[in-house]
Amino acid sequence: MSDFSIIGKPIAMVDAAGKTTGAGKYTDDLSLPGMLAGKILHSPYPHARIKRIDTSRAEALEGVVAVAIGQDAPHTYGILPVGHDEYPLALDKVRYVGDNVACVAAIDEATAERALELIDVEYEVLPAYFDPEESMKAETDLIHDHKLRNTEKDYHHVFGDPEKGFAEADVIAEARFISNEVTHAAMEPHSTLAAFDLDQQSGQLGRLTVWSSTQVPYYLQHKLSLVLEMPMAQIRVIKPLVGGGFGGKSEVIPLEIIAAVAARKARAPVKITYTREEVFWAHRGRPRTIIDLKTGVKNDGSITAVKARVVQDGGAYCSYGVVTILYSGALLGALYDIPNIQYDGYRVLTNKPACGAMRGHGTVNVRFAFESQLDELAEKVGLDPAEIRRRNLLKPPCITVNNLRVQSYGLPECIEQVVSRSKWESRKGKLPKGRGLGIACSHYVSGAANSIIRSDMPHSTVNIKIDRDGGVVVYTGASEIGQGSDTMTAQIAAETLGCSLARVKVVAADTDLTPIDIGSYSSRVTFMAGNATLRAAQAVKGQIAAAAARKMNCAPEELIFRSDEVTINRVAAGLALTSRGEAPPPHNQASVSGRVEGQILRGSLQQKRKDEGPKDRMSFEEAVVAAIDFHGALTGTGSYAPPPDARGGKHKGGGVGPSPAYSYSAQVAEVSVDEETGEVTVHKVWAAHDCGRALNPVSVEGQIIGSVWMGMGQALTEEMVWKDGMLMNPGLLEYRSPSAVESPEVEPVIVESIDPEGPFGAKECSEGSLAATIPAIGNAIYDAVGVRLHESPFTPERVLAALRAKNNAKQINLTEGVDPTQPAKLREHGGALWFKGKGPVRHPLDPSRREAPASAGGDD
Amino acid sequence: MKKELIELRVNGRSHELALEPSTLLLDALRLNLQLTGSKRACDDSSCGACTVLVEGVPMLSCTLLAASCEGQEITTVEGVSEHGSLAAIQKAYGDWGGAQCGFCTPGFIMTVKHLLANNSQPTEAEIRSALSGNLCRCTGYNQMYEAIKAAIEAEQKGMAAPK
Repeated sequence: MSDFSIIGKPIAMVDAAGKTTGAGKYTDDLSLPGMLAGKILHSPYPHARIKRIDTSRAEALEGVVAVAIGQDAPHTYGILPVGHDEYPLALDKVRYVGDNVACVAAIDEATAERALELIDVEYEVLPAYFDPEESMKAETDLIHDHKLRNTEKDYHHVFGDPEKGFAEADVIAEARFISNEVTHAAMEPHSTLAAFDLDQQSGQLGRLTVWSSTQVPYYLQHKLSLVLEMPMAQIRVIKPLVGGGFGGKSEVIPLEIIAAVAARKARAPVKITYTREEVFWAHRGRPRTIIDLKTGVKNDGSITAVKARVVQDGGAYCSYGVVTILYSGALLGALYDIPNIQYDGYRVLTNKPACGAMRGHGTVNVRFAFESQLDELAEKVGLDPAEIRRRNLLKPPCITVNNLRVQSYGLPECIEQVVSRSKWESRKGKLPKGRGLGIACSHYVSGAANSIIRSDMPHSTVNIKIDRDGGVVVYTGASEIGQGSDTMTAQIAAETLGCSLARVKVVAADTDLTPIDIGSYSSRVTFMAGNATLRAAQAVKGQIAAAAARKMNCAPEELIFRSDEVTINRVAAGLALTSRGEAPPPHNQASVSGRVEGQILRGSLQQKRKDEGPKDRMSFEEAVVAAIDFHGALTGTGSYAPPPDARGGKHKGGGVGPSPAYSYSAQVAEVSVDEETGEVTVHKVWAAHDCGRALNPVSVEGQIIGSVWMGMGQALTEEMVWKDGMLMNPGLLEYRSPSAVESPEVEPVIVESIDPEGPFGAKECSEGSLAATIPAIGNAIYDAVGVRLHESPFTPERVLAALRAKNNAKQINLTEGVDPTQPAKLREHGGALWFKGKGPVRHPLDPSRREAPASAGGDD
Repeated sequence: MKKELIELRVNGRSHELALEPSTLLLDALRLNLQLTGSKRACDDSSCGACTVLVEGVPMLSCTLLAASCEGQEITTVEGVSEHGSLAAIQKAYGDWGGAQCGFCTPGFIMTVKHLLANNSQPTEAEIRSALSGNLCRCTGYNQMYEAIKAAIEAEQKGMAAPK
């Protein structure tokens, strides 16, 4: 299997030229005749009841075609079946600053914006909740009436015997870790274009077509059907190019439904594109997470038990929340051998934008805590941090204590690779003061083994059609979002069929044309859609082989498909013959259709005469023509569903975490810390990632580097700063994504463990590396200056505070004794430094007024 | 606002457009000329996705009035490919993974085009500094440096970037 012609070669993405020339179309680049611009009116309050909406003045404005409000689509939806708690436009309540209240469809954006100002909304402001631990105590003014104590969901899992485990431990570490909120900030702001056809029979609006920046066309089609009360078959969702997702487009974002609601009311195509600020309000990023973690180890370094209490600040709606909180617990397992685990997870509602899935979904913040604590324990038992990780490896194939099945496991080699490449043994702890090395590991699922909509349907289905021209068309619902999905699909099809990549055209993510695929999230595409593509290609190949074998007077199994040619492998055939000890099957058995010679077209009969006599090679086109003559149409279907033994345990919540395969990553980060300013610089990250098999090394390396880089952003600079439910940094200038000058060299190392079930042995490579970067940097900071940071990002303020605490120096409180009403002395600096109780004069109904007795929140 | 006739010279061709004086160059390109390669991603000139060359200088078209560019030569990403084939930098960005989702890519291509036009042998520090006004969320920039090196090599050989 080692010699492939297309797999494993660095291949430019099949859609690259469209991206580098500007010819590729993203949703906002599309327009339709008569298209209107949609603009959304957002709530200015974090929690309020809508008493009255008057749209008459807006509707009267010249150029305004329609104003849609909640009553135009009073149906709930949500990405999870258990979390249908959102209306496209608020019906009775708004739950965060930025919640959706009304939508104007007008001839252009400027007119729509003017109209927004003419909509009169009367609100009754309610007390709001901003801090999850406060919100969990709420008894009145609940965010959702049926969610008691504002708790979306809590889970309490015990695997093994944690108490016994802790009793056996020689050393126990216990600490609280906090990871602050981060968001995807994909470069493309969300955009949706919705258009209805007129139906000839009824004369009314008929089918709906939606072009949208989505990772999951099928889920969007499903939710549109629920909210618009239309059959799914009447809705077509098309995904144009998507400018990055990272999870932020993996669920239905309000504008995707609002555009359709507005188009229905305006009876014209409507396009809505978020401004960058709206993208921040739509959010669905990684929640602020409070982790109370306790880990016990023996003196030899082996872990005896782990106990984690995790509280996630989920924002105002469920979103993917239930899944996020379950991932946080489930993926404590499957990386190391941990015999006893206790997990208590709380997903809490607050009056802020909903959090959802983001790269490394649910695992990243807990991994930061765990890997930091493991580093601490290594020091306590006198082990090298790399060595303590080696001593807790799993022994696959195995089932972990929380019922996760692990087969391929490249973690040991990942550790060895980064240790040797970073010269860990000779440099760790020996660098000049202020400079240090840190190591950490992580892992991630290659697709969730259980889909969020429970059913027996395959997770991916792929169709392949080959016509007489020898062109291979692959129809897949998998969504290219920049990760290389279309290229992977083309590679697998071409490799399997032995044809050139140029022959393959991928038609993707169009619900009218492509079979159901549940989309691009949880790193599932290569494993699941890749396996479906492989099976579809094998099905077609079988048909071609049957026809070609007749022409070539051999058995189909003797044929080799390679380099656009079908040849007979006489050597292999001879070997196969002896090993099987039987003759190849008679050629007439190769026929799988009922066609008889008489039905073959005259043209191909002539072809047949011309080609009299058996051949020993055929071109791919000749073989395809032979197959079409023989079978009629040449099509094949393949689908993939995870095997039952990979679907996890039966306990409540046991459906989240299981995967047919896990990727593994180990990283070493080298940092320096300026002890005067607290500034951390990352110089280099060595990142080894076990991706099973690298189908396209350029793409795999790009995904590893991108994951490490995004992890570094969360580790050092990226943080959503909140004050009273208001986001203080809703822009790319203030939300500090690292630029080229702040980004270190990342040395990606591909480790191939060849998974037994992955397509050609491949697993995921796009998410698993992110989680290790944050603790690797944190551990390197400890190596450099001896302080362990328990809160991310490791901003200069936090590093400096930790350094001063270590040196027993007085804490610097920048706001101490300063009157915030004197701007000459203090610039407002976001929530964390806000001067307690001395804010500007606020409206009596303002929920953030500290003296208001009903208020249960406060985020300082 | 009353519209005025403005003559914009884009990618070597002249266009007479009736625009409000407040129209931004990016909107004139995207909405009036259907040159949708230049992207809007931040609204506040912090990301560089809308970068075009005005008289050879990279400018952020999202915060530039179209009328202020009258009479000047504007180059967008659509004007980069040479004689209908990929320019070396475009080929190299594709081959070396410089573009993943591709949304920031047109802006980077314009920035790099300007860099290489003024400095045919930039050091790594010069490349990083030149790219620092453009944001990318996919690549971590590393593979872009490979692409730029490959493009420089290809330009010197006078051919498309080799693999």
